[in-house]
This record gives sequence, structure tokens and C-alpha cells, in this order.
Amino acid sequence: MDTFAALGQGIMVALQPMNLLFAFVGVMLGTAVGVLPGIGPALTVALLLPITFQLDPAGSLIMFAGIYYGGMYGGSTASILLNTPGESASIVTALEGNKMARAGRGGPALATAAIGSFVAGTIATIGLALIAPTVVDIAISFGPEDYFALMVLAFTTVSAAFGSSVTRGLTSLFIGLSLGLIGIDLQSGQARLSFGVPDLLDGVEVTTLAVALFAIGETLSVVAAGARADEIIEPVKGSVFMNREDWKRSWKPWLRGTFLGFPIGAMPAGGAEIPTFLSYALEKRLCKKPGEFGNGAIEGVAGPEAANNAAAAGVLVPLLTLGLPTSATAAIMLAGFQQYGMNPGPLLFATNPDLVWGLIASLFIANGMLLVLNLPLVGLWVRLLAIPRPWLYGGILVFATLGTLGANPSLVELGMLLLFGLLGYVLRRYDYPIAPVVVGLILGPLAEQQLRRALAISVGDPVVLFQSPVALTLYALSALALFGPLLFYVFTGRKAPVGSDED
Amino acid sequence: MKHLFSGALLAAAVAAAPFGAAYAEINELKIVAPAAPGGGWDQTARSIQHVLQSDKLVGNVQVLNVPGAGGTIGLAQFVNSSKGDPNVMIVGGYVMVGAIITNKSPVDLSMVTPIARLTGEYEAIAVPAASPLKSLADLVAALKADPQKVSWAGGSAGGTDHITAGLFTKAIGVDPRKVNYIAFSGGGESLASLLGGKVTVGISSLSEYDAQAKAGKLRILGVSSAARLPEAPDVPTFKEAGVDVEIQNWRMIAAAPGITPEQKQELSQTIEKMVKSKAWTDMLAQKGWANTYLSGEAFDAQLAKDIAATKTILQDIGLAQ
Repeated sequence: MDTFAALGQGIMVALQPMNLLFAFVGVMLGTAVGVLPGIGPALTVALLLPITFQLDPAGSLIMFAGIYYGGMYGGSTASILLNTPGESASIVTALEGNKMARAGRGGPALATAAIGSFVAGTIATIGLALIAPTVVDIAISFGPEDYFALMVLAFTTVSAAFGSSVTRGLTSLFIGLSLGLIGIDLQSGQARLSFGVPDLLDGVEVTTLAVALFAIGETLSVVAAGARADEIIEPVKGSVFMNREDWKRSWKPWLRGTFLGFPIGAMPAGGAEIPTFLSYALEKRLCKKPGEFGNGAIEGVAGPEAANNAAAAGVLVPLLTLGLPTSATAAIMLAGFQQYGMNPGPLLFATNPDLVWGLIASLFIANGMLLVLNLPLVGLWVRLLAIPRPWLYGGILVFATLGTLGANPSLVELGMLLLFGLLGYVLRRYDYPIAPVVVGLILGPLAEQQLRRALAISVGDPVVLFQSPVALTLYALSALALFGPLLFYVFTGRKAPVGSDED
Repeated sequence: MKHLFSGALLAAAVAAAPFGAAYAEINELKIVAPAAPGGGWDQTARSIQHVLQSDKLVGNVQVLNVPGAGGTIGLAQFVNSSKGDPNVMIVGGYVMVGAIITNKSPVDLSMVTPIARLTGEYEAIAVPAASPLKSLADLVAALKADPQKVSWAGGSAGGTDHITAGLFTKAIGVDPRKVNYIAFSGGGESLASLLGGKVTVGISSLSEYDAQAKAGKLRILGVSSAARLPEAPDVPTFKEAGVDVEIQNWRMIAAAPGITPEQKQELSQTIEKMVKSKAWTDMLAQKGWANTYLSGEAFDAQLAKDIAATKTILQDIGLAQ
């Protein structure tokens, strides 16, 4: 078959010693920038573009692929160990992953993230190689009304998944939704809630909010608790590797995460965050021990981590088949293609097959390399938690501030970081869940824009929202997520399993 | 953790490493790109950096990214902190003209010293291959019948795409307030909605649609240039179809406010040398940018004209008072 011959050829290209070296540099750089909050793969590739101009195209594209996948790995490491999500797609990982790390299970958490990312990345890359043209046709057929239905599904499943009390969860969600309103409205070009501060015109940066709420808010809580803090962080309890039960509990979430992440990532307005939310909610529903969710359930790390890596491969589907960049990193990679005189677009597979297949092959290589590099390091990483508490939190504070300021050196940004850090402390102090604030900031603007686009295209006719079969299916799933537990109760007389406190 | 930090620092150091040149006229230059790395202004700034250094026109060039609010944040910082400094410049463009008006920015382009327009891209209107609209005349007829039924996909509200859609509609005698403009945040998303047939027409720079048109998935109805373009000889201009609109999404370079005429002269000469160099021509060809170099009084006049026209159309669309 042509595809396999072409892929084999691509792997030969990627396996040349020089290209392996590029892949290695790429994954190391990617992991480093992934760990730093705020600085992501897009920024790194953009800064490297002028330098790699002199190198040969295959080598630098292979390095970019390494940075791209490496960024996803690095983001989860910081989330799990430091509760500081390095990328917006690894916010969900922090929820269960950090709880696991504090209970001495950081090793298995990092391992399930790494292996899950590898499994998901490999399956999704195979999908990219084999069924990209089919997937992209379906992805393109999604209209604004279908995206809106997808957001509704995300809202209904996610709001049920976080926290013990619905009121508290919704309160947090609405704080996030309000923050999402800040800035220039895309459809009308008018500023909302910016109070004349020019720095607010672009809205609140997701990573700034996430880092502030998670890392700074927690640091403040620890300081406020002082000597009263009774929680003991155990760096390692039991094996640093995954035991039999961990494997048994991880493999299904990996696969489910992959099947959520790849198609949603391939959608032009899908992104990597939504599949992680959906995966978390799904795993919580399906988990046999729902009580563990919120206290370090391995499924809550395995699923979302697989989902975000599969989505990262999914993003490349429209890029390679249609030349559509649907994420910041994809847009920069497109610039990379152009730099080498390639014409990105539907003809790329036909005009530059060696480069496209070389890139796909190098994704496999980067993925394998990350696993080989990261698994042995797990034992070393978890030692971070053995650092005495004042040093550890001092480090987290410096690290969070540096990352945020590195991405945007502005005083207003720093002010927002500290202010949201205080908000994080207050929310924690009064037992409100943190995650829905970030979820609201991410999903709110997306849902609003899609709804308004759908209504504008139909010239104000709301019927358009319920016409497509895709949208109707998604609404049906939302209804099931909302009323399912209630029906369960009515028919069996037992209360549906409810998750416990998140943080 | 330590090796990660050093890795990141190393990357930053390599990225900023000066190439060094002994016989440059200007020793040091800092170029502000008022956008995040990767976008058009950033790429323009880095291309300038590359050519100035490789041709040894300037010893050491650094690019500083100040992202936000359509470039107005970078512009404000530039105006406030660089008065009289002949060693800093800023990259900007047509998008900034609109952003200054809609954001009610306290600083504007009259507060900097414009040096030259460097490159430009023309706007194109495209439809999916299966669309019943075959020509600009069909589009004009559809707009005259019911402007609301024609949905336009493009970039953010008040940007070049939106302005062009407004000018087009106004030129055929339809109220530009009735333009049913659907804003998308990225080129990929708006292109996807067009390919998926979710909107009637798409409006964006020609290069966004070129590859899709060659693959037969889109049909480009017209371009906003004065004459047909060499890269798309079959595509008629708006003017050919009787729509009197000509617009260019240009990028420019400007110097700090309050510099002396001699300093302005020197910077202008350096930029002119750069534009005439082979390295610059190669760079433009590789990026697919048209050379629309314009400097001196001609550029000042064009800039003033663009600002006035933009203000009017943004008021007509209803985005500015």
C-alpha cells in the first residue's frame, strides 16, 4: 500500500542520525518550555524559526514536531508535581495528578501521563496517517450551531463533575464566565469590562488565571495555615512505578481519552482543552470508585492526558490536509512550511510527500523518544516533593511569576496574577472549587461566539440551533448527563454515585 | 529542574544572539514588534532584522515583542518611552489604523515618525466551489437583493477584512451597517467555515485562499488591487466589476517621535538600502509578500488618506463614533 511505503520512507528520513539529533533537541526544548507556565511550544517555534532558516527543511520540521509533542509532556509534569499547569490543556491533569503526588503516588501519576500520552499520540498519529482526509471532511462539516451544542455538552458534564455542591460549583463557573467577558468582543469589536485599561482589551490569559488560582492561591493557603497545616507531603509511598492495579485502571481511560481527543482536536474550533474536560467528566462517571475522584484517582490523570496528546495530533489533520492552522502552534508550523517554499494547502500531500511523511514519521519518533527519556526520570522528578515546604512553595512562586512574565512582560499581567492568586486563596478558604473558574473562562467565550455566529448566519432565526443531526445528538447526550443520575434514582431506588470534594 | 531552565535560557540566548558586523552605519537598533511572536508584524520585524544584519547595514538588531490590542499597546509603550531615541523603531500596519480608532487609543500614528511602507497584501473575496455565485456581479446582485442574507466570514470585527466588506457594500450603494459580518479569531477557522459552506462568502488576504483555489475547493471572485495580480492573473479586480474599492493591508516601519531631521534621514536611507538589497527581495519572495515600498511625503500623504477613509467607514459600519 502506498501509504505504508511512504510512511516507511518517512521513517528512514527521520531515523538519520542528524535528524534524530534534531528530534532530541526538539523534545528537550519542548519539555522545558512545557514545564514553564505561559511559555508554550508556539512561542518557542516562533523564536526558533529565523535560526532554523539556514538548516534543511526536514531537520527543522522534525525539531518542531519534537517541541510540539514535548510541550504536552512538560505541561503535565508541572501540573502533577507542582500544581502549576504549564499549558491550558493540562489544567485538568492538575486536579487528580497533584493529589496523587501529595499522597506519595507522583510516580504512577507521571507514568500514567507519560504512557497514556505515548499510547494516545501513537494511535492518533496512525489516525493522522491513515484517515486524515476522511476525518477532515467530517470536521469541516461542523457548523457554529454544532459547536454550540458541543459547548453545551461540555458545560453540562463538567458542571456536574467538579466539587461536592452544585451551588458552589456554579458560583465558581459564573466567576469564570464573567472573567471571560473581559476584553474586545470579537463580533462587534467593542471593549467590554476593560475599564479603560488597554492591557485588558485582549482579555484574561487562561494560563495566567490557571497558574494564579492553582499555584499562587495554594501557596497563600499554605502560608495562611502556617504551623496549623496538618497535611504531610509524602514524596514516595510504595513503588514509583505503576502497579498491576494502576495498569488495569489506566488502559481504558487512555483509549477513551484518545477517541475523544483526536476528532475534537481535528475540528477547526475544537482545541485540546474541551476533550480533557469531557474525558475527566466521563472517567468520573465510569469510575468504579468515584469516591477517589478528588483525592487522586489515576483515571482522572490517564484519560485527560491521553485526550490532550491525541488532540495535539488531531490539530495536524486540518493543517496537513487542508493547510488550515487551527491552533497557535499550527499557525507557526505553517509559517515554517512557507519558509521552505512549500505551498501549504490541499495539495501538500501531493507536492511534498517526502516532507509530510517525514513529519508524520518524526512524530512517531518524538513520541517514542519522549517516553524513553521521561520514564527513567520519573524517580528523579518525584524527589522534587521532598524539598522542604518553604523552599518548595518559594520555588513555585518564583517559577509561576517568571513563566507568566516571560510570556508577556507587563505590570498589568503581574497584577492580574497576584489578584487572581488572592481570589484562589479566598475560594479555597471558603471551600469553593477552583477548576470551574478556569473552565468558565475557556468555554464561555467559545460558546458565546459560536452561538452568535450561528444566529447571525441564520439572520436571528433560533430554529437553526436544532436543525442539524449532530447538534441534536449532542443535546441528547447533554440531557442524559443532566437527568441520567435522576432517572437512575427513580428506576433503582438508589442514589447515583456522587463524587466527593475536588479541592 | 536546573537543566530545564538552562535549556530555556540557552534557547533564548541563541534566539537573541547578535550576528555582529564591523562596518555598519548604525551600530544598534531595537525594533518593536507590537504583536506576539509568529504573527505578520513579528515576521516583518524579524525579516528586517535578518536583512539589516546580513547585509551589515546595522551592527546589532534586536526585536522586542509587545503584544496586545491590535498593536496599540506596543504603540503606546513606544510613544511614551522612546521620545528622541534614534536607535528604536516600530513595525506597524493598516490593522493598527483601525485598532487605534475602535479602541479609542490615547496614542496614534501622528505621534511617531513614519519612515516607509514596506510590504502589502491585497484582500480577496472567495466562495466555495459549489456556490451559486459565479462572479462579483452575482455577489453585487445578491447584496442588493438582501444584504443580510449574504454572510461574510473574515477576521476580527473592525479589522481589514471587515473594513473591506464595508467599503465594498457601501460602494454598490447598500447600507454598510447591514453587512452580515461573522468574525473569526483565526484564519483557519474562518477558512473552514467557508469550505464547509456555512457562510456565503469569505473575505481575507489573497494568500489565505490561493492554495484552496488551486485545488478547486474555492472560487476567488475578485481582489482589492488596482490592477490584476501576477500570482492570480485570472482573478478580476473589484474595479473591473464596477466596484470602486482599492485597499491594501500594508505593513510599515516608523521611528520614534521627536528625532532630528538628520536622524530621520539616516534611518530612511538605511531602510531604502535594505529594500533595494537582494536579500530583501529574496525574503519577500519566500514569504509571498508584495513589495509596496513607499517613503517620504508620498507615504505621509497615503497614510493620512488611509486614516481618514478608515475613520469614515468604521463610522458607517457603526463601530466608531
